[in-house]
Amino acid sequence: MSEVKPQGIDRRTLMQRVGLTALIAGPGISVLSACATSSNSGTSGTSGAVTYSKDPKNPFGVKASNPLDVVIFNGGYKDLYATQSHEPLYIKNFPGAKIKHEPIVEINTALQPRFNSSTNIPDVVDNSGTALMDDGALVTAGQMLDLTKFWASPSVDDPNTTIKDSVLAGTVEAGLVAGKPYLMNYVATTYGLWYNQTLFDKHGWTPPKTFVEFKALCDKIKAAGITPFGYAGKNAMYYMYWLIEMSAAKLGGNQVLFDIDNLKAGAWTADPVKKAATAWAEICQKYSDKSFLGLKHTQVQTLQDQDKVAFYPSGDWLENEMKGVPAADFKYTICPLPDIGGEQMAYPAIRIAPGEPFFVAAKGKNPAGGLEYFRLMLSKEGAQGFFQKAGGISVVKGALEGLQLSPGATSVVAAQKAAGSNNITYNQFETWYKALETELRTQTNKLCYGGGTADAFCTAMQAAADKTKADSTITKQTR
Amino acid sequence: MRQGKYPFVIGFLAAPVTLYLVFVIWPYIQTFQISLTNWNGFSAPQFVGLDNFTKLFQDNIFWRAVSHHVLMLIALPLVTITVALFFSFLLNLGGKLQGGQLRGVGGSAFYKVVFFLPQVLALAIVGVVFSQVYQQGDARGSGDGVINAVLRVVHLPTVGFITDPHIAMGSMIGVMIWQAVGFYVVLFSAGMASIPKELFEAAALDGANRSTLFFKVTLPLLWDTLQVGWIYLGIAAFDGFAIVQVMSVDQGGPDHSTTVLPLEIWRNGFNLAHQGYASAMGVVLFFATLTFAAIAMRVTKRDSIEF
Repeated sequence: MSEVKPQGIDRRTLMQRVGLTALIAGPGISVLSACATSSNSGTSGTSGAVTYSKDPKNPFGVKASNPLDVVIFNGGYKDLYATQSHEPLYIKNFPGAKIKHEPIVEINTALQPRFNSSTNIPDVVDNSGTALMDDGALVTAGQMLDLTKFWASPSVDDPNTTIKDSVLAGTVEAGLVAGKPYLMNYVATTYGLWYNQTLFDKHGWTPPKTFVEFKALCDKIKAAGITPFGYAGKNAMYYMYWLIEMSAAKLGGNQVLFDIDNLKAGAWTADPVKKAATAWAEICQKYSDKSFLGLKHTQVQTLQDQDKVAFYPSGDWLENEMKGVPAADFKYTICPLPDIGGEQMAYPAIRIAPGEPFFVAAKGKNPAGGLEYFRLMLSKEGAQGFFQKAGGISVVKGALEGLQLSPGATSVVAAQKAAGSNNITYNQFETWYKALETELRTQTNKLCYGGGTADAFCTAMQAAADKTKADSTITKQTR
Repeated sequence: MRQGKYPFVIGFLAAPVTLYLVFVIWPYIQTFQISLTNWNGFSAPQFVGLDNFTKLFQDNIFWRAVSHHVLMLIALPLVTITVALFFSFLLNLGGKLQGGQLRGVGGSAFYKVVFFLPQVLALAIVGVVFSQVYQQGDARGSGDGVINAVLRVVHLPTVGFITDPHIAMGSMIGVMIWQAVGFYVVLFSAGMASIPKELFEAAALDGANRSTLFFKVTLPLLWDTLQVGWIYLGIAAFDGFAIVQVMSVDQGGPDHSTTVLPLEIWRNGFNLAHQGYASAMGVVLFFATLTFAAIAMRVTKRDSIEF
């Protein structure tokens, strides 16, 4: 007997279909909330509040029961300074506290989704490296905690000194975003030319004070079969454009770099910039090797460790980054940039810039803990721990007095003393206008390893700066 | 199984379809939506209409990336398929006639494995390996990669494969071809294996030499597979992200001479915090790929031969 199918669906099929639709639609609707652009209003879970007081032991009202989430950029300084110095310090002061330590290399890739969806926001973030998050965007989204009250709080070592007064002048200003202090720059990085003192002693070479001496020395180095100068064109060409910036500031004063940051018309085609570009292009074209365009920073630095390259531009993280690579008698030594001629800031002016920016997440669960973590980092004990574990010099005043320093650090301290108040400023457009910085990278490689001319470099950069200025969708900042 | 057929099917399809909708279709829809805003990845987005697209079409770097894709569209399928066809012909039908049966050249089984090996390697590893292979040493010759070391031995000038803006893109395409050939050798071998041997025997009996065999018998019968290969390679020509990101100088390399659209999308989206702009590029890439696939299918369409 053939089945008699009723017209339409019978009750059984209907119930089955309704059930199945509900089964799919249930999770389906929650899936729709996985909208990338939806920014959750309010945080999931309790966002800790900060109660400021003048209590020298606990000025932010930290509770040991609140866990702390710390994200460290696992780069040149690695993260031992956090796990072996700062975090134990926090736990010592707040017994029973739990710290979640996260060493991350691609900060933006790892943290942007967390900030965006307000889930699992860390408390302390070391926003550094090539893949760092955009500070301006974070501040506009209200993700960073305002540090004004933090800087006015008592420091760990002397309750009568505010934290602001315990660090180098200019540290607070370096952390301004849109006029308010949001970033805590922890490291006072010194930039210059690095060489191996042992190699130079062997050949009787002395570091140059002027470009004339520099070129003569490079001739001697070249005759000895060593490449006199090099930078890594593949990924670290910003070490090279720092040299051009610094030489331009030496020639025309720090105003040259302020003008560039402020996107002033003609800032890039100004005479000091052109002179600096010409001088360094000549060094690269005569005394370097074009093949370095295809090498990464670790490769060129290794060549220097093998005494195949003499001078290498870098910041003072270099010695620690290459720890264990060179022979035991390799002595990393810094020397200030030589004078081109007609300098306003003559040799031995040097650039000491606050770097390695940290911030406390405003919407994290334990912002008070984050601030206390900062306070402990900025104590003498924290600063010394950073030096011992990461080889870097922090912004804390006088923290390294009496310590046994490595050759690199010794030469840095000596260079800082010799420079005195002659401090070359740094450029902020490198983080403000990333598209402009990207163009600078291209043009630097073109100038130095691509056989370009200083005129072409300056004109191209000016055009890019003008384009950035005219673009109304980019938020502008000034200094 | 009339009873309960639909619940059975739906039950098994529910999970995969949901995964596909959530991880493939939904991001596509969101990309279209984000491309009409100026989202920077953190704050709430604002609608800006087609502004991103206007900016895009005036962007020099975008057009350079497009030109590199055109180059890849021509070079990649052409060279890969030619080389793969040649290899698979040799491996299947290039040997001696043995008892009326065409075989591959000696050692075919070994060659098949070797040719396929590059496909097994992760793209990032291929990029790192070739960065070393292509390296150009300094004036004294230290630091030369394999190719330049050989050139130096025979007293030819060394070549900056990755550092010379004129040939950097060619070097990248070379790596992509190297990696892709193996897969198509296997694909075409499978296609050739399905051609009945009687056809070859008949043609050989009629006096066809090897090249006639190839062009008049093998190629037409392999046309379907070739069409598939052409479209796959064409779509791969719109990519190239991994190789360029790992190998090129400053990621997009020297002076924008190796940049590709996916790289620019990544750079704009994640480095420069212009997610809206990057999404606009993504939309353009989407339509370009679809258009190419549609045109390619139309142009290479032929009546399928039943055998």
